[in-house]
Amino acid sequence: MTTTAPNLDDVTASATSLRRFLAGLPGVDQVGAEARAATLATRSIKTTAKQYALDLAIRMVDLTTLEGQDTPGKVRALSAKAMRPDPADPTCPAVAAVCVYPDLVAVAKDQVGSSGVKVASVATGFPSGRTSLDVKVADTADAVAAGADEVDMVIDRGAFLAGQYGQVYDEIVAVKAATKDAHLKVILETGELATYDNVRRASWLAMLAGADFIKTSTGKVQPAATMPVTLVMLEAVREFRNQTGRMIGVKPAGGIRTAKDAIRYLVMVNEVAGPDWLDPDWFRFGASSLLNDLLSQRTKMTTGRYSGPDYFTLD
Amino acid sequence: MADSVFEYAPAPERRDIVDIASSYGLFIDGKFVDGTDGKSFKTISPASEEVLAEITEAGEADVDAAVKAARRAYDRVWSQTSGGDRAKYLYRIARILAERSREFAVLESLDNGKPIRESRDVDVPLSSAWFFYYAGWADKLGYAGFGPNPQPLGVAAQVIPWNFPLMMLAWKIAPALAAGNTVVLKPAETTPLTALLFADVCQQAELPAGVVNIVTGAGATGQALVTHSDVDKVAFTGSTEVGRMIAKAVAGSRKKLTLELGGKAANVIFDDAPIDQAVEGIVNGIFFNQGHVCCAGSRLLVQESVYDEVLESLKRRMGTLRVGDPLDKNTDIGAINSAEQLARIKLLSEIGDSEGAERWSPPCELPEHGYWFPPTIFTGVSQAHRIAREEIFGPVLSVLTFRTPAEAIEKANNTPYGLSAGVWTDKGSRILWMADRLRAGVVWANTFNRFDPASPFGGYKESGYGREGGRHGLEAYLDV
Repeated sequence: MTTTAPNLDDVTASATSLRRFLAGLPGVDQVGAEARAATLATRSIKTTAKQYALDLAIRMVDLTTLEGQDTPGKVRALSAKAMRPDPADPTCPAVAAVCVYPDLVAVAKDQVGSSGVKVASVATGFPSGRTSLDVKVADTADAVAAGADEVDMVIDRGAFLAGQYGQVYDEIVAVKAATKDAHLKVILETGELATYDNVRRASWLAMLAGADFIKTSTGKVQPAATMPVTLVMLEAVREFRNQTGRMIGVKPAGGIRTAKDAIRYLVMVNEVAGPDWLDPDWFRFGASSLLNDLLSQRTKMTTGRYSGPDYFTLD
Repeated sequence: MADSVFEYAPAPERRDIVDIASSYGLFIDGKFVDGTDGKSFKTISPASEEVLAEITEAGEADVDAAVKAARRAYDRVWSQTSGGDRAKYLYRIARILAERSREFAVLESLDNGKPIRESRDVDVPLSSAWFFYYAGWADKLGYAGFGPNPQPLGVAAQVIPWNFPLMMLAWKIAPALAAGNTVVLKPAETTPLTALLFADVCQQAELPAGVVNIVTGAGATGQALVTHSDVDKVAFTGSTEVGRMIAKAVAGSRKKLTLELGGKAANVIFDDAPIDQAVEGIVNGIFFNQGHVCCAGSRLLVQESVYDEVLESLKRRMGTLRVGDPLDKNTDIGAINSAEQLARIKLLSEIGDSEGAERWSPPCELPEHGYWFPPTIFTGVSQAHRIAREEIFGPVLSVLTFRTPAEAIEKANNTPYGLSAGVWTDKGSRILWMADRLRAGVVWANTFNRFDPASPFGGYKESGYGREGGRHGLEAYLDV
């Protein structure tokens, strides 16, 4: 959609040009964006479409535990569940990844082995990001050294809100360098950015700085992921591909707890970004309790009835 | 990349929620009666051409009986009923409409062809809201700004179109009853069913007999109604052509007249607009209700500096529109209401081709039976083209460009119509500047086709006169 600067290298040449570019992005009308998201949420996904969506959603889950009380035992159990979410049904696909703190990456990596389930680690002083750049880079390098396939970093919201876009950009570039071959997901913490205009700017900023994924939230701030915020981010990745040919993934995280919500997100991905994004390589759900609802709905689709919550593991 | 496609399975709304009788009489004096000359016509589902019911065609004698019943009810009951008591009936009707909303939504989509998403989320809730809103005015007329004790007019003759059958009924009946009038309403001949179901609601609400009368039929019935000598007020929504005939027929009589006619609204997109939402607004402006909207944004005026990106986004978005079964909850665009209307849309589109405009539609499969037209845009359109001047009343958008705000105003106003307009810009001062200069009854800023019972609606120039909705809407039904 963007009108300005056909050559994006010029945009990132200086803090001034970056600032000018981000300020020149078309605005987001709040009422219109929310109305669009609400309309998409009225799509009715039934039978075969629902089956397809449930399996896809399971494959897109980044099964997450990010608590002070996390232990190796907890992470091992979570990793086991990630590989085989429904022990009673071998046709149930594995999730995309487990997402843990850096110090538990090795435990998770050891557990998932070569199953294809990735290990994602939060880093850069998650969730607030209030450390020096050196510490953030070291935090990232640590996680990667421990075997993380993906790194979920947080941006410096304070710097962003102060208008220091250049600083935010430089930090992402530095962290990206430290991730080496690992995929970089950049958490915008949209609940703290507050406006959709800021969400669009932060999305572009992260994509220009080399993000592989842009992610809504840490899950530690309310509101976390919402439909309209994700809509704005999906529009951003769509336009970014139009202009650069490079595809960026999107990950809403926090607050998505039901299969119904997950399906609404998939409808939005399909109709806003396009069907190319309907793949775990390009869209993820950061969630923990969502998985059991997806499993419960999936079982209901095949057996015709709901099983009790005790039929699904609590890990 | 995606390893398979996310195909939405059919998700049809249940049709058996509504009972459709095989034939309907006329609703006169609180009950259904047969027509005197035994004539009838069929109403069909435009999505399948299936016959839904046999409808009585009211002749002059029937219309006379309906007007007499309305007069009697006015003299003996309704004019003696206090505002507070009239409000009770209106609240009751509003509540019943909300309670029976699924029934009304399914019936509306069946008879009209509009998608269930729109009848369910727009038509029926707004109809109920209209009654709620005007119920509130019924005992407060002295505070509406028309003097301390404004009086009703008497019997209102109301003729409504087929594009929003139930909603237009609500726009007409709610203020009329609130102000203390009785009504004879004629729904359009292609969409009489929700009005007939509304008669059932009047019975359920125990509205006194004769306060609302519904006569079905085509042009001749409407003519008999508006020319009836005992009618005090005529309200018409429909084409400018018929509106002219009615104005002539009513001229020189005591009848008070309001007309809500055609439009050819400009939807103006400035280069600083929130483009993604503007594209939604364009789509909603012209493809909402298959473009069968008098205030549709059928002329798109795009600032030349953003023309390419707006067009590209619009085309991409149009590719996601789902055309098909109106009862499917995922349908965005339903059926064209009648064979006659489809022929007109086709004719004007062919004229667009022959005048040199470039036609584009996304690839979409249209059902075999019924009346269908794909969402269509014409680019390279100039003000001289007929498709930029005449109301097409279908899912067809003419795209024009402008360079400066002054040129946008000039082009937007360069039409015999003046019902609505849209402005898309992030600049608040420009919105106000535009709104001051656009000669249109409604100016939407960064949105389109939004309705609210509290907001007056009506036209400039050949789009008609009088206002419906809001406090202003009461004036048409009061002796002021």
